[in-house]
Amino acid sequence: MVKRVEQLESVVIRFAGDSGDGVQLTGSRFTSETALFGNDLATLPDFPAEIRAPAGSLPGVSGFQIHFAAHDILTPGDAPNVLVAMNPAALKTNLGDLPKGGTLIADADAFSDRNVKRAGYPANPLQDGSLDGYQVHAVPLTSLTVGALKDIEGVTSREAERSKNMFALGLVSWLFGRPTEPTIAFLETKFAKRPEIVAANVRAFNAGYAFGETSESFAVQYEVRPAPLTPGRYRQITGNQALSYGLIAAAKLSGVRLFLGAYPITPASGILEELARHKSFGVRTFQAEDEIAAVGAALGASFGGGLGVSTSAGPGVVLKSETVGLAVALELPLVIVDVQRAGPSTGMPTKPEQADLLLVLFGRNSESPVPVLAAATPGDCFGAAIEAARIALRYRTPVYLLSDAYLANGAEPWLIPDVGAIPRIDIGFAEPGDGEFLPYVRDPETLARPWAIPGTPGLEHRISGLEKANETGNVSYDPENHDLMTRLRAQKVAAIVQDIPPLDVDHQEGADVLVLSWGGTYGPVAAGVRRVRRSGGRVSHAHLRWLNPFPRNTGDVLRSYDRVLVPEMNLGQLLKLVRAEFLVDAHGYNRLRGKPFKASEIASAVRALL
Amino acid sequence: MAAGPKLTAKEFKSDQEVRWCPGCGDYAILASMQSLMPELGLERERIVFISGIGCAARFPYYMQTYGMHSIHGRAPAIATGLAVTRPDLSVWVVTGDGDALSIGGNNLIHALRRNVNVKILLFNNQIYGLTKGQYSPTSVRGTVSGSTPAGSVDYPFNPLSVALGAEATFVARAIDTDKPGLTNVLRRAAAHRGTAFVEIYQNCNIYNDGAFDFAREQKENRLYLEHGSPAGETGIVHDETELATAFALSRVTYETHGVVPLGVFRAVERDSYDDLVQAQLDAARGKDDLAALVASGDTWDVG
Repeated sequence: MVKRVEQLESVVIRFAGDSGDGVQLTGSRFTSETALFGNDLATLPDFPAEIRAPAGSLPGVSGFQIHFAAHDILTPGDAPNVLVAMNPAALKTNLGDLPKGGTLIADADAFSDRNVKRAGYPANPLQDGSLDGYQVHAVPLTSLTVGALKDIEGVTSREAERSKNMFALGLVSWLFGRPTEPTIAFLETKFAKRPEIVAANVRAFNAGYAFGETSESFAVQYEVRPAPLTPGRYRQITGNQALSYGLIAAAKLSGVRLFLGAYPITPASGILEELARHKSFGVRTFQAEDEIAAVGAALGASFGGGLGVSTSAGPGVVLKSETVGLAVALELPLVIVDVQRAGPSTGMPTKPEQADLLLVLFGRNSESPVPVLAAATPGDCFGAAIEAARIALRYRTPVYLLSDAYLANGAEPWLIPDVGAIPRIDIGFAEPGDGEFLPYVRDPETLARPWAIPGTPGLEHRISGLEKANETGNVSYDPENHDLMTRLRAQKVAAIVQDIPPLDVDHQEGADVLVLSWGGTYGPVAAGVRRVRRSGGRVSHAHLRWLNPFPRNTGDVLRSYDRVLVPEMNLGQLLKLVRAEFLVDAHGYNRLRGKPFKASEIASAVRALL
Repeated sequence: MAAGPKLTAKEFKSDQEVRWCPGCGDYAILASMQSLMPELGLERERIVFISGIGCAARFPYYMQTYGMHSIHGRAPAIATGLAVTRPDLSVWVVTGDGDALSIGGNNLIHALRRNVNVKILLFNNQIYGLTKGQYSPTSVRGTVSGSTPAGSVDYPFNPLSVALGAEATFVARAIDTDKPGLTNVLRRAAAHRGTAFVEIYQNCNIYNDGAFDFAREQKENRLYLEHGSPAGETGIVHDETELATAFALSRVTYETHGVVPLGVFRAVERDSYDDLVQAQLDAARGKDDLAALVASGDTWDVG
């Protein structure tokens, strides 16, 4: 049967089902197929903190959204065009996001009376006409899968049922003309130890693909042409992966040993797990007994001449504060990564937010300045990690690197960097010299103190969290010395401004509104700005990587516009800083829903200021 | 470790003025440590003392080695990171009863459990000295202190029982002023590969004077342990390799038996955490091509 092929510029698909339905795997496989096909893409895995909430329940619904296009894109998409709902609960929790006229593919077998009731529907929505405004494909995914697998030996009926996600993947792969070989190869590797499971999954996948081809339910196949991206070799990458690679690269570029101290916490654990796999690079990973020991051990590694790193999320970062303060006083390198998540206390562990900015800037006793930078996209976590390490090593200071739950797990195509072109990081350990060693004499340019590591003869010295006399580092209670040391520590961090690029502005001629963003909102903010421009609005955009210190031209940039909009997933933290530091009466756009901004809401917020 | 140059105790004294109270037991411990150090044959630059907070935590300032005076309770964690990153160093932790067993309890037991190659010296004076005399987690019940004017009501930790409960591979006890006994224990601790835990009875003559007089002054109450020999009248034949024996001896106190066991309670060989980490690193060595790492997994070409 020959079917009509329709061209589309971009598509957003959301897969939704029980946490145990394999939705994340289905989504990531579709992502791989799409990446290999050559579309630009962005993904948003969206899962509950509970590993497997009761089957069929609303809290147990796990989702995965992918936006792919024939042009370059910046976000995982505002709303899906296609929703794949594996059960009534998945339909109930996701249908509100599907615009009228959108495509719904549902597993009709999963809409039993029990499941329908459990999801809170009075009657089966596939039958009561309530979905009339949508293009509904009620496909008996489970029974079609079980039927296709019935003659494979060694596969239990439960295992057969569980292959239904591959049937769904096959069907959607056909619908959008995705290549099938990579998924088949993936399944062969993943289940290599159980050939019958390989057979079942491949059969289900192929059956789903064939169902699309032959079923009359699907009259149209869609084509989304490859995007004209910057030439080069690409791979997919998530933020946690890119951040891990960046840390490994930084250690290699500086010639020091990488030590990660971490305690398992969502959504940062992926970095610990990724780095633990790279012992061949000499990476030492230490799963500590608590967050405090994790950062303490990292600081101990730095004292020994290593690159000490500790990764966590907000609830863990607050526990590390005292040790970060010690690193401020000791003036030793340390990188602390805060993969931000939503809410105070435990909050919503798997959802993104950017409300730890003021915490990492000011959440320590006394005057204890710490440089802070934030990654903009999943792939940008690589460069941001190198940058954090470079500043920490060069200025002998703790540095906070901010990521978030969206960047951590979101994937995007990544132009593989030429690692040979990344500048080396020059540390300059203190070397044995004549005369008395003074551990707190400063480099005139960076104000950094010497980093004298154990094993260096003649440089034996003691350092402490107690206030130190300038130059000698001996314990000092002298009032004037404390004032001087406080200022020197602040000046050292401020001096980093010489080492970071000026704020880059995506300026539009005639614009009198500037949007100032930071961190993981880069994608939707840039996409929102594009929308405004497409509809004739004039607006400029600047994105901050460094939050402390601010790039040297930040004040000039802000003051050269009549109005400044600061969109943030918090209640106005950068906004406060902009007002305090630059006396600019900027406007905030603030939402905390545990979901990335939509490009459309940013566009609306901008238009309100035009 | 390679034999270092011949040094003297004097060369292990830093130029810092010692600031403990006159009469403090810490002076005797410092002197014993400084005179033992040359005998160990280590280069000064390969020795590191890490401490937390408290009177004992000032110890690193007075040693002409590398040192860090850190924050309350965290010395075992900091030392762990250092030892794992730098297996070539001799890493010592100096701590007190509040630092190790209250605020740092978790970090202490996990260091002991892991068997990190670190020597932990717990100066036990059964009181918070630096904060001016509050009762500590090792204070005897009924201790009248600034924070317990009517006497403390909680049961104290027995530091050796805690360490043995965490299955520390080397556990010993000594008295600050007992130079031969202390030196003997420190010498064996230094030679131990893995975590060595040493409780040192240390007299705080300001806030808890005489807490250990039953053993410090009344020497007849000291019971020096010898591997393979009966431990006094306790009916226990000492075996350093037997955890149950060590634990039983840790329960022998002046109150229960009229004697205080001193010396090495337990010494067993077990792979140290940092050695095992290093072995995994050595086994994985070879593939460290950064370009290959960033280009791993499925890739595709554009243009």
